Amino acid sequence: MPIYSEKVMEHFMNPRNVGEIENPDGIGEVGNPVCGDMMAFYIKVDNNHLSDVKFKTFGCGAAIAVSSIVSEMAMGKTLEEARKITPALVAKELEGLPKNKFHCSNLGAQALNKAIDDYLKKQGKEVKSKRRRKDEKE
Amino acid sequence: MKKAYLDNAATMPILPEVLEAMLPYLREVYGNPQSLHEWGDEAREAIDEARRQVVALIGARPEEIIFTGSGSEANNFAIKGLAQAQQPKGRHIVISAIEHFSVLHSAKTLEKLGFEVTTVPVDGYGLVDPEAVAKSLREDTILVSVMHANGEVGTIEPIVNIAKVVRGTRALFHTDAVATAGTIPVDVEELGVDALSLAANQFYGPKGVGALWLKKGTRITPFIDGGVQEGGRRAGTENVPGIVGMGKAAELAQQHIPSRIERLSALRDRLIKGLSSQIEHTILTGHPTQRLPGNASFCIEFIEGEAMLMLLSSKGVAASSGSACTSRALKASHVLTAMGISAELAQGSLLFTLGLNNSDEDVDYVLEVLPPVVDRLRQMSPLYAKFIKEQGGGR
Repeated sequence: MPIYSEKVMEHFMNPRNVGEIENPDGIGEVGNPVCGDMMAFYIKVDNNHLSDVKFKTFGCGAAIAVSSIVSEMAMGKTLEEARKITPALVAKELEGLPKNKFHCSNLGAQALNKAIDDYLKKQGKEVKSKRRRKDEKE
Repeated sequence: MKKAYLDNAATMPILPEVLEAMLPYLREVYGNPQSLHEWGDEAREAIDEARRQVVALIGARPEEIIFTGSGSEANNFAIKGLAQAQQPKGRHIVISAIEHFSVLHSAKTLEKLGFEVTTVPVDGYGLVDPEAVAKSLREDTILVSVMHANGEVGTIEPIVNIAKVVRGTRALFHTDAVATAGTIPVDVEELGVDALSLAANQFYGPKGVGALWLKKGTRITPFIDGGVQEGGRRAGTENVPGIVGMGKAAELAQQHIPSRIERLSALRDRLIKGLSSQIEHTILTGHPTQRLPGNASFCIEFIEGEAMLMLLSSKGVAASSGSACTSRALKASHVLTAMGISAELAQGSLLFTLGLNNSDEDVDYVLEVLPPVVDRLRQMSPLYAKFIKEQGGGR
């Protein structure tokens, strides 16, 4: 049996929203030295909604599929809604991930949240993300 | 869709002649080689013949071969069995940093039992320095194990020179020749070793059968206790069809090693040359000339190995990688790490291993499908974007 679900393979073979946004409203970059994956998310915000989401990813098949589905899940959502995209939701949306690839779904959600944090910071707004505060503690 | 299997280091197809030789022993000749009747005689004769074929391949004597269930078993047997038997003389073992896990983990097990293990480093090509081995030797060193060649990066080790520094000490010298036996000339006398491991599925024989060669008179603790099989050192009813297959594969290898080397080296060099010229920022890993005939291993910068393998697989190409993401433990290959390759670069590990099943067309096909795969992943890679920006800014 292949190690990845059909959905993961589909997103890996045809990733959505690959690339960078010129003059993005927010950028979120995360890397994981354990596996060596790196993700960068770029967002455009329009009236509190994510009007565009793009990504670049250095990593395995799961990392690329996660980036793709996170970008798709986030597109058009309000910032608050986008915050609710958890690693568990990402994995569920991808019809499961192998155990040792779960951290990839973490990275996707983290990168998106970081991009939103970046946007809010630039706007001079308070950053509310729990995830962000946890990152800063580390 | 075209298919090209370039993962021969993982395992190889068996040759038709090998299969033919095995079939009678899966069908009508089913006797137990230890039985004292006609059925047993036939099976025993088949094993004796296979033993002669295997020893002929490595320049040894029939009574010196112990058949095992795999190359990994032969390595486990050598490391644990020799260390245990030599224990009264000392408890120090020397291995290289790029040994197969079956040697590395056996040594780790011995460490837990109170043995001391010294790991000798390798250089950037993956070569073990015989001087470094000499320096690691002590009064109580009982065993040295350095592989003949590394299947992952293709580097062939200077076993003859390492044997010279071990000779004259109390230590025995074992070499894991799984990647070389049946592929390049292996002669136990010339190499100057005391023990040597080999595996049938690395020279077009069946899976599930290997052998440990042990110089006559060398003491070893039995690996499987039980009956009298394999001189009482490895009990259990013999895998007759597997052993017969290994024998046949050894015989064919012995006859054809020079022509196989010529053919595989040509394919390898074509692949290395083509890939290096067509894809920028690619590093050949392992030694440029002291190299296994079928091994073309690289690190492709800015991208990750598993993603490459998946895209190659979608084009019908089978390869392998030592990237962290391709390993269950999410750790970069210990071989690449020991050679001083950074974790980031090791992520781009890509290994093609050629065999008799491959042709010029396979190499051409890889050279056709790989560049777009690399390009596609680089376009997705933030590392590549950064590199391009920095390069542009530097001008």
